[in-house]
Amino acid sequence: MRLEPRGDAATSAWIIAPLMAIGASFAVAALLVMIGGASPFTVFAAVIKGALGSQFAVLETLTRATPLVFTGLAAAVAFRAKLWNIGGEAQFYAGAVMTAVLGTGAVQLPAPILLPLIMVAGALAGALLLLGPTWLKTKFGVDEVVTTLLLNFVMVLFVSMLLDGALKDPMGLGWPQSSKVIEAATLPKLVQGKRLHMGFVIAVIAAFGVWFINARTTLGFEMRAVGFNPRAARFAGMPINRVMAKTALLSGGLAALAGVSEVAGLKGNLTLDLSSGFGYTGIVVAMLAMLHPLGVVVAAIFVAAMFVGADAMSRSVGVPNYIANVMVATALLTMVSAMLFTRFRLRRS
Amino acid sequence: MEALDILTTATLWAAAVRIASPLIFATLGELICERAGVLNLGIEGIMTVGAFAGWVSVYHGADLWTGVAIAAVAGAVFGLLHGFLTVPMGLSQHVTGIGVTLLATSLTYYTYRLAFPEVTSPPKIETFAPLPIPGLSNIPFLGEAFFRQTPLTYLAFVSVLVVAYVLYRTPIGLAVRTVGENPAAVEAQGIDVTTLRLGAVAVGSAFMAVGGAFLTMSAFNSFYFDMVNGRGWICIALVVFGSWRPGKALLGAILFAAFDAYQLRLQQLAGAYLPYQVFLMLPYILSILALIAMSRRAGYPRALMIPYRKGER
Repeated sequence: MRLEPRGDAATSAWIIAPLMAIGASFAVAALLVMIGGASPFTVFAAVIKGALGSQFAVLETLTRATPLVFTGLAAAVAFRAKLWNIGGEAQFYAGAVMTAVLGTGAVQLPAPILLPLIMVAGALAGALLLLGPTWLKTKFGVDEVVTTLLLNFVMVLFVSMLLDGALKDPMGLGWPQSSKVIEAATLPKLVQGKRLHMGFVIAVIAAFGVWFINARTTLGFEMRAVGFNPRAARFAGMPINRVMAKTALLSGGLAALAGVSEVAGLKGNLTLDLSSGFGYTGIVVAMLAMLHPLGVVVAAIFVAAMFVGADAMSRSVGVPNYIANVMVATALLTMVSAMLFTRFRLRRS
Repeated sequence: MEALDILTTATLWAAAVRIASPLIFATLGELICERAGVLNLGIEGIMTVGAFAGWVSVYHGADLWTGVAIAAVAGAVFGLLHGFLTVPMGLSQHVTGIGVTLLATSLTYYTYRLAFPEVTSPPKIETFAPLPIPGLSNIPFLGEAFFRQTPLTYLAFVSVLVVAYVLYRTPIGLAVRTVGENPAAVEAQGIDVTTLRLGAVAVGSAFMAVGGAFLTMSAFNSFYFDMVNGRGWICIALVVFGSWRPGKALLGAILFAAFDAYQLRLQQLAGAYLPYQVFLMLPYILSILALIAMSRRAGYPRALMIPYRKGER
């Protein structure tokens, strides 16, 4: 058996691949649930009920999907240009820190000015944070995977330091948290009295924005060309380093918006457990969406449903909620495997 | 002045050797994979698997060395998964590696929660005890620094010698080094590239897992969430720092660990002036700086991250 390149990409594979990924993750989960001594049907029913079974559940799933749309877009943009940004976690916190800096009362402005200001400042912080590793990559050939990964740890410690010092909540009774953001820096709720907030709408708009950039602008074309074949792109006269830098700014900015939206829309303040690995999960979301920006929205909702459903299932059935992480990781690996068959076919040799 | 005096104490270097031990195992493991042309970003997850597998085996009554062996086998299994996806299937080594780390870590946490549902503090095990080497341990300074460690630390140092010997002095080592530079040349010798790379990734991953097991079976005596804490990523930096040579990687690991031990002591000394987080950041920043410093001279294995398909050029 060997792999043979296909002349043209099989269109059916683009539909089959995600279905295979979802199927495989459920199969692995079923096995693990049985090892745990529970019935897969009870568990899956509880997961689905917990994720989609009521208005509350659906809103909760969309709330959880919001940061994942942003970090998923960040990974999709970067990976398309073959810029391996694994630092979504650090960029997320960069956005969150900027929100806490500007939104907790230091700047008094009306909401229509303050909120956009926070978003721009937050995105800029994340963008610059990724520009460093990208510059090191293009200038010195330092692998950006390792530098962005290591920066995640530095950033979390930096946040911890700020929460002990400059951003410490004086009323926080010693907890590592910042003060609450002021009214003018709070993203409005979409449904009165529920947790879903404006961040979700902004995330969907961002997805359309990235789709527009990809499909309709020179930058989008250049990013794809640089990712597909850097030598050919250079030969065609494209400024590779500059395209990489623009990709980094866009990717880092998007990941940071996740942090902005979590603080300004959901949690209200900066804490050390603000992210439950949104940066890393964004990579999975991007791969499940096959790097398509609109697919990212769908994939983020799917992944969020797994997590929200698993939390509810864990409370009612008692199977550890880490099953959701296992399913998401399995989906990632199956997805990249299945995508191979959009480009190759298996032949007996 | 006091800050410099610390550097000449034997306890600092004993701590450095102890901190270096898991890094030495995992760096060797990554080095073997990369020498064969496969970047293994599964390292962080494979170390987590090793830490858990070794600890849980001993907890269930296995003796310590059996625990180490079980950790190694568990690591090799995840290594084979990474190898299968990246070598015969030729998938992106970056994405697959991250996926393997996510899968290995989440499977470990799932199993841990399943086995210990309601515990707030995980059970402890009887770990490897320090084993002073007769004679050598009485040498002033060196004895305390190097020869009063646990058997796993000695194994780490022996592993460096063994890996260096195999890589540079045996036919199989030559084949592994060549397959990372020019897989077609290996194929021409009648050696199967796929098998060779899979084997290297499995062996390398076993080393990583033993590095993880060191944490639960020698450094600490229990398993905690997030206990690997970026050590795997640091080892990837150490491989570059050591320019893919076992000896230099060992040196890098010890220097790094000495710095880590030093910042811990400096924290106690200067903790009043600087937040403790600054000291904790230093090892990660040092790793990034080391990468930058070495990148100009980095002699990457030329076929690193390039999948090999028969008959394709």
